[in-house]
Amino acid sequence: MSLLKVRGLTKKFGGLVAVGDVSFDLARGEFLALIGPNGAGKTTCFNMIGGYLRPDRGSVRLEGRDIVGLPPRRIWRMGVGRTFQITETFRSMTVRENVQMALISHHRRSFDMVSAAAKLYVAEADALLADTGMEAHAGRPCSELAYGDLKRLELAIAMAHKPRLLLMDEPTAGMAPSERVALMALTAGIVAREGLSVIFTEHDMDVVFAHAHRILVLNRGRLIAEGTGDEIRADATVREVYLGGGAIRARDEADHA
Amino acid sequence: MSFYFAQLLTGLANASSLFLIACGLSIIFGVTRIVNFAHGSLFMLGAYIAYSVVTRLDAGVFGFWFGMLAAALAVGLVGLAMEFLILRRLYRAPELFQLVATFGLVLVIQDVALAIWGAADLLGPRAPGLARAVRIFGEPIPQYDLALIGIGPLVLAGIWLLFHRTRWGILVRAATQDRDMVGALGVNQNWLFSAAFFLGAALAGLGGALQIPREAVSLQMDLNVIAEAFVVVVIGGMGSVAGAFVAAVLISVLNAFAVLVFPQISIVLPFVVMAVVLVLRPHGLFGKPGSGHGAPGEPEAPLRHMSGRGRMALAALVLAMLASPAVAGDFTLILLVDLLVAMLFAASLHFLMGVGGMVSFGHAAFFGIGAYGAALAVKTLGLGMGGAMLAGPLAGALGALVFGWFCVRLSGVYLAMLTLAAAQIVWGITFQWQDVTGGDDGILGVWPAPWASSDTAYFYLAAAICLGGIWALRRVVHSPFGYLLRGGRDSPVRAEAIGLDLRRHQWAGFTLAGTLAGLAGTVFAFSKGSVFPDVLGIAQSVDGLIMVLLGGIHALAGPLLGAGVFVLIEDWVSRLDFWRFIFGAIILAVVLLAPDGLAGGLERLRRLLRRTTGGGAAR
Amino acid sequence: MARLKRRSLLGALAALPMLTTLAGPAAAQDRIVIGEINSYTRLPAFTEPYKKGWQLGLEEINAGGGIKGQEIEVISRDDTGDPATAIRIAEEMISKDEATMIFGTFLSNIGLAVSDFSKQNKTLFLASEPLSDAIVWSNGNRYTYRLRPSTHMQAAMLAEEAAKLDAVRWATVAPNYAYGRDAVAAFKAELTRLRPDVEFVEEQWPPVFKIDAGSTVRALEAAKPDAIYNVTFAGDLAKFVREGSIRMLFEDRPVVSLLSGEPEYLLPLGDETPDGWIVTGYPGTDIETEAHQAFAQAYIDRWGEPPMTGSIVGYNSMLSIKALLEKAESLETEDLLAAMEGLEVPSSPTGPFRFRAADHQATMGAYVGRTALVDGTPKMVDWVYAHGADYLPSEAEAAKMRPAE
Repeated sequence: MSLLKVRGLTKKFGGLVAVGDVSFDLARGEFLALIGPNGAGKTTCFNMIGGYLRPDRGSVRLEGRDIVGLPPRRIWRMGVGRTFQITETFRSMTVRENVQMALISHHRRSFDMVSAAAKLYVAEADALLADTGMEAHAGRPCSELAYGDLKRLELAIAMAHKPRLLLMDEPTAGMAPSERVALMALTAGIVAREGLSVIFTEHDMDVVFAHAHRILVLNRGRLIAEGTGDEIRADATVREVYLGGGAIRARDEADHA
Repeated sequence: MSFYFAQLLTGLANASSLFLIACGLSIIFGVTRIVNFAHGSLFMLGAYIAYSVVTRLDAGVFGFWFGMLAAALAVGLVGLAMEFLILRRLYRAPELFQLVATFGLVLVIQDVALAIWGAADLLGPRAPGLARAVRIFGEPIPQYDLALIGIGPLVLAGIWLLFHRTRWGILVRAATQDRDMVGALGVNQNWLFSAAFFLGAALAGLGGALQIPREAVSLQMDLNVIAEAFVVVVIGGMGSVAGAFVAAVLISVLNAFAVLVFPQISIVLPFVVMAVVLVLRPHGLFGKPGSGHGAPGEPEAPLRHMSGRGRMALAALVLAMLASPAVAGDFTLILLVDLLVAMLFAASLHFLMGVGGMVSFGHAAFFGIGAYGAALAVKTLGLGMGGAMLAGPLAGALGALVFGWFCVRLSGVYLAMLTLAAAQIVWGITFQWQDVTGGDDGILGVWPAPWASSDTAYFYLAAAICLGGIWALRRVVHSPFGYLLRGGRDSPVRAEAIGLDLRRHQWAGFTLAGTLAGLAGTVFAFSKGSVFPDVLGIAQSVDGLIMVLLGGIHALAGPLLGAGVFVLIEDWVSRLDFWRFIFGAIILAVVLLAPDGLAGGLERLRRLLRRTTGGGAAR
Repeated sequence: MARLKRRSLLGALAALPMLTTLAGPAAAQDRIVIGEINSYTRLPAFTEPYKKGWQLGLEEINAGGGIKGQEIEVISRDDTGDPATAIRIAEEMISKDEATMIFGTFLSNIGLAVSDFSKQNKTLFLASEPLSDAIVWSNGNRYTYRLRPSTHMQAAMLAEEAAKLDAVRWATVAPNYAYGRDAVAAFKAELTRLRPDVEFVEEQWPPVFKIDAGSTVRALEAAKPDAIYNVTFAGDLAKFVREGSIRMLFEDRPVVSLLSGEPEYLLPLGDETPDGWIVTGYPGTDIETEAHQAFAQAYIDRWGEPPMTGSIVGYNSMLSIKALLEKAESLETEDLLAAMEGLEVPSSPTGPFRFRAADHQATMGAYVGRTALVDGTPKMVDWVYAHGADYLPSEAEAAKMRPAE
């Protein structure tokens, strides 16, 4: 049985169809890449699955339950973690505290006004940081971190809730090539060990072909191809619109809306 | 019919006056993100300068209009000086810190105006050639009103042309929308800001000058207009000049007709309108999301638990305070009670602003509701002091629960202004509802129970309550709830993404802050023995705001330091002549020396001292 | 970091109250210390002449050898317009400066706050300037006396004149706070008593100091009243007069106006002073009694400007204190209170007056006349002195209005 079923997902901004009639399934433990040129609708797709945008039409079912219309925090509770294209962390806290916050929320203690937050779930937080190779930074203020470390921190935060599905929006954007490979290898290791499913968007094709079990290709909001890395490499349409020398630079309003 | 048309014209003339005051404020905020409390002072200066020029020139038509323009120009230069000498040094300070500097300027300008123009009201001449009324459909309409009805849209058109037809104006609009982008385009930001300040101040000066034919120039002009000017700017949408115009028309015309039906409404009408607009449109009529926020400041350092030595020092301080009845006179105890109340009030506001990221311009609402809750519990319900001391914070909590529900749906300056509206509406009700609250005659005879009525006993009671409240707040700041509230301030997106319902947390935080403000108000009520609507007033809210910002919003000790310095210095300087000038000057000096607040300034001083003493030892 | 911060706070805490403790003048045995509180920065236009008035009185008393050989020292403080600050200052005066009594205040709410404080602290308080009826009636207490003719008294003086007019349909305009409401209520009650046929057809309640004069004037005009009763003052009055005259509100329409004859409010109107308004006020140097001329001359010599209403209130405050201290057997509050009961001030620039034992209100009167522009200067003309006693309820009635002690 698949973990996630997406059917007929559609979103328009004004007259522009950002995402049109996208359907796909995601199996447990699957590492799925969502690729496409700028403005293809990847982030919009992500935001609809995560609850940040309400689709005009279509359904998203997580283990059979329709999650369209639920706010992101509810979807998170159901086991969908998320990292952001531009990192979102709590700047006035240390690295460890950032993870502790996710753990506090996970344990439903966010209205606890008595305990000392800094002393809660320290071991769990350090274990998650160790998993992502961030243990050395645990005590540092988050505002001092390098960009790549922030991405890894976000991964640790996302893992705090033991998600079944992880949505990663351009996890390697803004990183040096060597870092990208390392981060994705790390992610793949965690995914394999925990048995969770991942959907990620990515521009770096090396990363995509190295790790994705299956690839979906979007162009102008439409799903134009689907398959393994080899199948996608061989797909003529994809080659034309995407991999070919003249990549389509579509308007990117939709991506950033 | 003709009557209503004439009333409409009256409303429109008022709208022009209001618009002239507000549009400059909107431009200054739009470009520099500075909440300029001194805008009313610039308006007042405009009126005084115009009065001096026009009366000296022996007003002909030329002399009169020359006086108007000269006043605008002069006030523009004052604004430029303000920006150049003071505010420019504070652009990197935490959000809203510049507001403290403009508050200092208000005090300074008050006394300067008093020294130059004297205490008596000055009634300037009417506008030559426009001194009479003309009949329109049989109703007498002052010619000058008609002139104002023309001047408002004319100024609006002028600003529109400036903003759309000049490079500078286009940059200003760009800066209003996205400040970082202008920096990225390589535009000299200083120059842009100076120009915005000059223009905004000149418009305020012009607004003041044009009031001369309508009202006597007085020292109350500054504070009389400032709140309403902010209301207009916020209803229109911060930074939107056209919005300010529409808002000015809305308020003035509504008021012109409202006085026919319900004359008492005037005291709160603008705030009611603002509250309604903000609830329906969280960024005002023409504002854009994000338009209510200041520039992102320096990141705040993570919270640390106090070191052992810190704890010892704190314990010593508390002990010293608690031992003071042994050495100090009764009066010192009274002052210390005031200080404790101010500290708890400031700490509760800091919890809201610093920790929760919810800026409040109306925190006095909950202080006052607490004070009135306690006073009414004694006077109306006949409760003793003990019961009243529970009723006060409970009332504060209830008030915050109600207003918080609306407020947490907003952010930035809009949220702040909605809290102000809430406070002003509560103030208006308290003021008007004489049967219950005693109106502005207040509630008298709210004295402590006999066992606590000596100065020493009440001091210990107040110390126990206030220090207990501060300790409880501190505890909450370090708790998961406090951490997550701060997290929500840092990144609402991240908070949502780890499963938090941020609004509910903010609502709870708002209520907690209101409860403790109510507690402070309760202690206050029993220390003074009487409660008046002033406790709900803007001045009380602003005092709290200044304490928090002056102390340093990024440090937990900030509000305590700020409250201490504010209360003690004010008590000291108010013994002197021209004390507002001195107080204002002290505030400006502190602001310039410690652009990150007292807490930050002391921290830098400590580092500096360590370096110099370290260097001395090496030599 | 935390250490230094706290130590500095400790230093500030320790130093500043000490500073205030040391800096204040210590109460010496050969002086009688009296505390004085007023809104000097909030309302300088009204409180500065007042201060000059009591200072003149003080200098005369001390130059004349003081009271029973002791000089009077007045410690004067600015309440910043805030009742809570006024209370703190009063506390300091009583506990640190050992003041014998307190006088002053202008704003009614501050007067009430200090009055309640004086009751709690068993200290005599002479409320010099606040007009609120509540100070001596509904919130009256054993320790508080009031000098200036109250809202009720002045409104009654005007009602008496208003009753002589033909006008039947009246409109009122008053600032929307306790003073305005009291003034309208008292005027209505007195006028209706004298002239049962009058009706009140319109009320306007502009916010104090924020009048929307155009709209207010038009609302009044719309009611087509025969006459208008005005309570607005200061900046509001100037706006009201200007808008009203430009819009012909006052054409063929008598106006009765509270306090508008006081120079503080009348002089700023300049050549726009309305003609023939019936007002209460103070005609200043036009008063030709011997006592007043002596006062006015001394005042002008001392300050280089003619006295205002505040000056006379300040001066009479000092005369009252002089009479009190001369009569009292000691400076103990109980002796002072005993002396205040029915205290006579045999001579003052406005004539003799006394403090009624039943309701603690002084019988000092006010001047009722008409406004006019004389040689380009706003003045009160055709004025008479209205004795305060004639406009107060009987002592027995007044006593009933006070809360039981």
